[in-house]
Amino acid sequence: MNTCSELSRRAFLKRGAAAGGGLVLGFMLPHAVRSRALNTGPADASTPINAFVQIGNDGAVTLIMHKSEMGQGVYTGLAQLLAEELECDLKRVRIETAPVAAVYNNPFIPAQFTGGSMSISSSWQALRIAGATARTMLVSAAAERWQVGVDTCKAEQDMVYGPGGRKASYGQLAAAASLIAVPDPKTVRLKSSSEFVLIGKPIKRIEAHDKVNGSGQFGLDVRLPGMLRAMIARPPSLGSTPKSIDDSAARAVRGVITVVPISAGVAVVAKNTHAARKGRDALVIEWQGGPNPRLDTERLRAAYRDLSLTAAPLVARNDGDVAAGLRAGGKHLEALYEVPFLSHAPMEPLNCAAHWRKDRCDVWTGTQMQSPDQAAAAEVAGLPVAQVFIHTTLLGGGFGRRANPGSDFVREAVELSRKLVKPVQIVWTREDDMHGGWYRPQWADRLRATLGQGGKPHAWHHTIVGQSIMAGTIFEGMVKDGIDPTSVEGAADLPYGIANLRVDLHTTKAPVRVQWWRSVGHSHTAFAVECFIDECAAAAGADPVEYRRSLLGEKQARRRGVLDLLAEKSGWGQALPPGRARGIAVHESFGSVVGEVAEVSMQDGIPRVHRVVAVIDCGFAVNPQMIAAQVESAVTYGLSAALYGEITFDDGKPGQSNFDTYPVVRINEAPSVAVHIVPSEAPPTGVGEPGTPPIAPAVANAIFALTGKRVRRLPMVRGGQFTA
Amino acid sequence: MQELDINGKIVHVDVDLDMPLLWVLRDILDMTGTKFGCGMALCGACTVHLDGQATRSCVLPVAGAVGHKITTIEAIGSSKLGQAVQTAWIAGDVPQCGYCQSGQIMSATSLLAKNPAPSDADIDAAMSGNICRCGIYSRIRAAIHDAAANARAES
Repeated sequence: MNTCSELSRRAFLKRGAAAGGGLVLGFMLPHAVRSRALNTGPADASTPINAFVQIGNDGAVTLIMHKSEMGQGVYTGLAQLLAEELECDLKRVRIETAPVAAVYNNPFIPAQFTGGSMSISSSWQALRIAGATARTMLVSAAAERWQVGVDTCKAEQDMVYGPGGRKASYGQLAAAASLIAVPDPKTVRLKSSSEFVLIGKPIKRIEAHDKVNGSGQFGLDVRLPGMLRAMIARPPSLGSTPKSIDDSAARAVRGVITVVPISAGVAVVAKNTHAARKGRDALVIEWQGGPNPRLDTERLRAAYRDLSLTAAPLVARNDGDVAAGLRAGGKHLEALYEVPFLSHAPMEPLNCAAHWRKDRCDVWTGTQMQSPDQAAAAEVAGLPVAQVFIHTTLLGGGFGRRANPGSDFVREAVELSRKLVKPVQIVWTREDDMHGGWYRPQWADRLRATLGQGGKPHAWHHTIVGQSIMAGTIFEGMVKDGIDPTSVEGAADLPYGIANLRVDLHTTKAPVRVQWWRSVGHSHTAFAVECFIDECAAAAGADPVEYRRSLLGEKQARRRGVLDLLAEKSGWGQALPPGRARGIAVHESFGSVVGEVAEVSMQDGIPRVHRVVAVIDCGFAVNPQMIAAQVESAVTYGLSAALYGEITFDDGKPGQSNFDTYPVVRINEAPSVAVHIVPSEAPPTGVGEPGTPPIAPAVANAIFALTGKRVRRLPMVRGGQFTA
Repeated sequence: MQELDINGKIVHVDVDLDMPLLWVLRDILDMTGTKFGCGMALCGACTVHLDGQATRSCVLPVAGAVGHKITTIEAIGSSKLGQAVQTAWIAGDVPQCGYCQSGQIMSATSLLAKNPAPSDADIDAAMSGNICRCGIYSRIRAAIHDAAANARAES
């Protein structure tokens, strides 16, 4: 985490007389000068733009939002950071989504995107400094107007107060403030946590109103003059292409305008979505080829199992001598954990609207990945990136799917619009979404341990088998020495003190496109590690909480803190009603530690999760309300996957297509979730994802406590049957 | 030409009789509050009221909506009960991504119209057709109880 240096003074751009006057404070955005064209067509090239903060002459505060709102509460969290230092009323902060510009890049990874549970941690300094700098300029403007010392003036609640009862509103000061020299961000004092009035408070979601009356604009709600709708007949298996297309019946459907083959498949373009769908249903296409039309889940599982027994070429961690350690005397344990491909299945099916013209291309979509999408759209549009404008809407769920390394939904919309030279919106059906790939990878994790004195492991060998998410994508550069860090995260950083420890990897190739899914690699490593440590505890005859605690060294203070609070809050060790048992898992991801205890029974032979107690240490809690909501969400999302989630392949084709074959947790099976936040003054860490990894192992461990059966393969329920 | 009664207004649309009401609302009338989620009545995102009854508009051909009073999320706040639900939703900070919320609110309002004091089991029965991938079910349950209590106190 850097502080002020990213916001170098040079980068600050001060402009007076913005559209309608007022103060525009922010950072130079050289590529986006003409980009303020949301839904309204080309902007006036002379319009000055670009800032995190704008204050109009009417006093309206606008936060230019560089992060995508997909339910995680980022609009609220970033507005809190800004308003705290700006001394403005949070209720008066308006959100305007940012154009694409380098200044909005994540300071840790040079791209403009929302992901990796980094929005708060990466904006923690920037947004507060943006607010503090704007406040300083407003105060200076007031002091200058009144000819008094700056020190005699104070900002409070959208007003500046001076000596002798002088006062002026931000709106009245905005134009003058814009002429004040921008202070060096390094000289701007930020509040200490004891001075916070907004940060750290359970502020409610600021865009909630738009989400209860239907007015919130998601990608699928974009409406443009003359906009056509399209659906694409997509290859039934990855990489296959049309050998023949008979579109005569499709073209005869009322409302169908044309049928256009594009890279993604065969697009049926129509006046409305229903006609596009009917037209697509009427297409007769013979498909051919593809890299592996015979792809089969059971064969892939067998291959992964076999690989997990062979020496893995990529070594992510190697402490001591694991081979010798495993050969040494003591109890020997070995287990294979398997997890399937998963679809993200956000509620809003994928979609994208694009309008290509010869000198500019506009894209409207709910994306997590603005700058990569802009680059991809520019390539397809045949235009420089400066002439491609990404307009970010609300996202009807993301979970990683809307951060596509191939910009799949953006590319196809731009390609089609370019061919049509018309605005067009591509609508994916639920089936398209579920068949369309970019799944969480299938994984096999083989664990071996030998228990030594006191039942503690003195050797631990974790072999991971699965596809790399980053290899072959724009994120290839993050693969180091052949190891995709997302393949081994949560395993290579094992916190338990074990002298002989090896984590290695087989990176496989399979004809399936894979992508990050809420919590990425942790979604398999936490299951494997936290189940296996539970197996070790049982083999040692130890209590699962005590056993974990005994393996945590002094450097694991946060994890111990979470474990202890969790044991207390969950009533660990206390009696439960007959037929119920508890299971525990603790896992660190995205800089945060989350522990969960699940209370489980078996009902009609199927696991039923009644209650989950969660503890999170995510550093300073910027908004405890949003943190609790995110952990609740992550538990339910992870539980859907643990119980039911699975994409299988037979003859190259996915076997699931909608919520009937890809069941998710519904209200009647949702556990109550109690969330406890560890008080902390450390800088904030991730929140959106870290609640996901522990739930599957917590439930599996509870099932063991209840039934003596180890669940080593997910999902737990297939075809309505418990399958452990 | 079909005549529809939507949110108390009569509108005429010239569409195929098999066009689901969902697409009439979204594409013909540009009323985008009602959402597309699955197209098979599996997720509830498209829920509207047909004569007060929660109905999945993605599988209801427009022909089936003719002659009935259609209410959508855009107008639910004009009823006392709808307003109570929306208020409870905001008070309980229920929405996350928000995409399923129109359908959830329409199902919840329909439930409360029939059952002013639903039990948890009643809520499960009425709301299990509405999927939320953000997993806000506990808050939905609490907000429905809250809205019910407020609506009873007012009446």
